[in-house]
Amino acid sequence: MNNPVMTASGTFGYGIEFADFLSLEQLGGIIVKGTTLNHREGNPYPRMAETPSGMLNAVGLQNKGVDYFVNHIYPKIKDIQTNMIVNVSGSDIESYMKTAEIINELSGIPAIELNISCPNVKQGGMAFGVTAKGANEVVKAVRKVYNKTLIVKLSPNVTDITEIARAVEDGGADSVSLINTVLGMAIDAERRRPILSTITGGLSGAAVKPIALRMVWQVSKAVKIPIIGLGGIMNARDAIEFLLAGATAVQIGTANFIDPTVSLKVIDGINDYLDRHHFESVTDIIGALEC
Amino acid sequence: MMKKYIQDLSVTENIRLHANYVLLKLTPTGSLPEMCPGQFAEIRVDNSPATFLRRPISVNFIDKKQNEIWFLIQLVGEGTKHLAQAKKGDLINVVYPLGKGFTIPENTHLKTLLIGGGVGTAPMLYLGERLKSRGFEPTFLLGARSSKDLLQLEEFEKYGKVYTTTEDGSQGEKGYVTQHSILQNERFDMIYTCGPKPMMVSVAKFAKTNGIECEVSLENHMACGVGACLCCVENLKDEGNVCVCKEGPVFNIKRLLWQI
Repeated sequence: MNNPVMTASGTFGYGIEFADFLSLEQLGGIIVKGTTLNHREGNPYPRMAETPSGMLNAVGLQNKGVDYFVNHIYPKIKDIQTNMIVNVSGSDIESYMKTAEIINELSGIPAIELNISCPNVKQGGMAFGVTAKGANEVVKAVRKVYNKTLIVKLSPNVTDITEIARAVEDGGADSVSLINTVLGMAIDAERRRPILSTITGGLSGAAVKPIALRMVWQVSKAVKIPIIGLGGIMNARDAIEFLLAGATAVQIGTANFIDPTVSLKVIDGINDYLDRHHFESVTDIIGALEC
Repeated sequence: MMKKYIQDLSVTENIRLHANYVLLKLTPTGSLPEMCPGQFAEIRVDNSPATFLRRPISVNFIDKKQNEIWFLIQLVGEGTKHLAQAKKGDLINVVYPLGKGFTIPENTHLKTLLIGGGVGTAPMLYLGERLKSRGFEPTFLLGARSSKDLLQLEEFEKYGKVYTTTEDGSQGEKGYVTQHSILQNERFDMIYTCGPKPMMVSVAKFAKTNGIECEVSLENHMACGVGACLCCVENLKDEGNVCVCKEGPVFNIKRLLWQI
């Protein structure tokens, strides 16, 4: 990885949507949109609500399925010179395994991010991510069929995230990424109705940063595998805070909607910080929080 | 697909057309990119703590001579109210041009009708200018609550005949656009429309019933504007959920699942 800054799943399409704004190979990696075994239509409109310093979404993993990805999208993205990582979701252990197995064959995809934390689908998704046992089982099963880098994306909607992180590490994950969105809700008081078609949805954006930082810090004390931190990173300073809290790399999500070039600014800002504080490399500040 | 840009544009003029509408004229340092009527920009709202996302605003007009892009902005919430305070010389960050615009037919003898309601009249000005410059004789039908809400009429008159309706009868015919006598008295080949959804639905119904080609510009709530977040989807007949920001905002009514 040439730098620790990646773009988060569901916020950067397949990368190509942003190619007019920045050269994608400057990024540390791109986590492409959540992919499932079969086509998913997602949830009905409305799927989005703007909230104070953030937004709620209830997309529900809309995607055309892994075969469509392999045949139609992979050929367009395989030569992008950065780490193209596929976010994989499922409704049961078998569908996670089958999808991971298919992506294992793609030489241009060095890693998958296993999504056990989507709050917007009824079956699967977060169901696996909220118990240590469920998380451990799905990771173990996928580990058997997937032999490249296996990242597991954790849900913040749990009582003790360190317990889940340990279960995922025991299951054979190479890394954990956290956090996925925080379950939330928005109401239109005038109409006395929920704004989202699904009533509840996932909160992202600057509003969730303190929660994400706290969880990254807690997980960094609990596991040995590297942590990818995300949740409300809007600029370089935010990203540096995640690195100090113990993340080895970061993902930029919702901020891409406000500034499509934000990731490059974060990369530059981290380098400026390292120079200013006379650190030789970003590894010097990982977990360097003094407390 | 047209190349998209992220640019700081400088405010050349901010005209308060009405208590609830401003016309922002902006200019880039270089020349404006090519764009089609019906396309839009995602405008960043700075220094407004209550506004998190950009605001998608349709292109109202391109003034090639002045190298200006115009945005007609209705003050609906914090974000648009903040944008309305922009002063001459202020820089406004835009991502543009986005989406797919209106289809302009090859045959310039076709009779085109451009129906706009409320702030939905905004993209019709640029569309009218483009049609006129291609050799069409566009007709405009603009609807509003009352005469003071009918905006930019003198601009529209440069490009074609303008008919109006107001709900209170203070200007033009009283009632809704779909009740205007022009629809009974003249035959059109192509209708373009943008405005409140109930208005667009009745326009679409009229077009379908009379076998007229019709394109509508949708205003589904958006976040990213580039087809990445999948929030602004419209469920289409054969295609399922598609992003209005990327595959639209303009759609032929044949593709929609509306009950018309």
